[in-house]
Amino acid sequence: MLSSLAAVLFDGFAYGMLLFLLSVGLSVTLGMMNFVNLAHCSFAAVGGYATVTLVNRLGWPFLATLPIAFAAAALVSILLERTLYRRLYRSSDLDQCLLTIGIVFISVAAFAWFYTTEQQSARVPEYLKGSVQFLGVNFAVYRLFLIVFGLATTAILVLLLEQTRFGARVRAAVDNQRMARGLGIDVDRAFMITFALGGGLAGLGGALAIEVIGLDPAFALTYLVYVLIVVAVGGLGSIGGSFAAAAVLGISDMAGKYYFPWLGAFLIYLVMVALLMWRPAGLFGKR
Amino acid sequence: MRWHPLEIAFWLCTLLPFAVAPSYLSLASQIAITALFALSLDLILGYAGIVSLGHAAFFGFGAYSAGLLSKHYLGEPLTGLLAAAIAAGVLGYALSHVIVRFRHLALIMLTLGFGLLLHEAANSASALTGGADGLQGIKVGTLFGFKFDMFGRTAYAYSLAVLFLCFLICRRIIHSPFGLALRGIRENATRMPAIGAPSRAHLRKAYTIAAAIAGIAGALLTQTTSTVSLEVLSFGRSADVLVILILGGAGRLYGGIIGAIIYLVARDQFSGINPQYWYFWIGLLLVVVVMFLPNGILGGLARFFPRRA
Repeated sequence: MLSSLAAVLFDGFAYGMLLFLLSVGLSVTLGMMNFVNLAHCSFAAVGGYATVTLVNRLGWPFLATLPIAFAAAALVSILLERTLYRRLYRSSDLDQCLLTIGIVFISVAAFAWFYTTEQQSARVPEYLKGSVQFLGVNFAVYRLFLIVFGLATTAILVLLLEQTRFGARVRAAVDNQRMARGLGIDVDRAFMITFALGGGLAGLGGALAIEVIGLDPAFALTYLVYVLIVVAVGGLGSIGGSFAAAAVLGISDMAGKYYFPWLGAFLIYLVMVALLMWRPAGLFGKR
Repeated sequence: MRWHPLEIAFWLCTLLPFAVAPSYLSLASQIAITALFALSLDLILGYAGIVSLGHAAFFGFGAYSAGLLSKHYLGEPLTGLLAAAIAAGVLGYALSHVIVRFRHLALIMLTLGFGLLLHEAANSASALTGGADGLQGIKVGTLFGFKFDMFGRTAYAYSLAVLFLCFLICRRIIHSPFGLALRGIRENATRMPAIGAPSRAHLRKAYTIAAAIAGIAGALLTQTTSTVSLEVLSFGRSADVLVILILGGAGRLYGGIIGAIIYLVARDQFSGINPQYWYFWIGLLLVVVVMFLPNGILGGLARFFPRRA
């Protein structure tokens, strides 16, 4: 009983770290520009497919493909931001939703065209396989790696946002965009960099997700709901909030699947609706 | 409101499939049902400004209500329609108390959340709904002595008549002071109470009416096809109807109808190609509409015709 609980907590937390990587970029950019970017998970899929291509067709080692996954997703997100998103910052939520859903549909079809609809896999190195036993509980090495990776990313992001000049600009823009502009901060530039960073992190998440939850063209739609839940529950523009929300969501999803499999995803949605009704701005949101 | 000659011509054209394309009658009734569903979304999205990513919840609730009624009690179609309208309306009224309190991302997420919740609930309660297999064994009775046959003659006549009646109701609502107040709330929800229009009460009313109409559309689908599949509650259906309404033009009574005709006829023509690639074109269409045709096809056309469309 206790060991199964530990296993659920461990697996759920690792899953939560994955959700955190996938959603943190969206949370910060949404907080900054109020742009509802439903295509965020398409960036994640770009990263995932970059890794699949490099590992399976060109024979790269798995870890070496991660920076490329990051760069590819960041590049795609910058391109889209420059050409399409930029024109809709002042439009209604609905227009932003529709544009980005359109991009999701296009990306899903494009991935299906180039990579077929089959589940993709990428070979991970031997030292990330298998599991270690500790106090009678099996810990999968890959999930340990995910947790370490997630925690390290969080630490770097917090340092970046709290300690650097760039971070101060971003925080100012999230708090009050007009005031930040008035003080001479180049919000557009800061936003572009943040957007690329967020897209890149999502790409990284997509690449790391292949081993745990798989990758198929519908990835961008399937995980969109989870990412939105993390963002909405965690609160906009809050890294700590996203981290907490992702961890809670990951663990409760795992626990739901383990203990109440007949409920399906019902529990997750119920938790989300209840939390939103209680605190519409999210657990850690200011607005 | 006076009827524009174009409007009369349009409704006369809806009778054409009986004479010109009898083999496409079942497609035509699908279009009428989808148009009705889009019309109900138009009421809350186009006029009242409530963005919803989960409108299929009411469509599906109506579909299951009508299906269960005709499976277990009686198969008379009009009673089923009424029951579905009441069931979906009650659900809509209950949810409207929550919905009207939120805006922006929280609103989008809540409508999405309610839709997903209902989908999961119907999936889990397979004893009642048949789960993923769908609801089987629905017996639909005759309508004024006409049977629902395989050619879809009765089905189209029935769907079209219901669409037209609901359209009349919506048209009346839109041009009433209440409809005008809704548009005012869409433009500025805080200023309207100052001139004596209670925003939230109005929005609740509009949401309930829209839910009831969506329920009727769902019941029509159940009765004309004699099955209910889990797909009626899916996110895909909510997204499709949104695309249809935006394509046609939100905030215009005919937007949803035009959108439904174009969308479903195009899908029927392209059904030979893989459904994934169909969504490529839908996505492209969405991007183009948002970027270049912010008011949909009807909004684009209206620029060429000064005043009304």
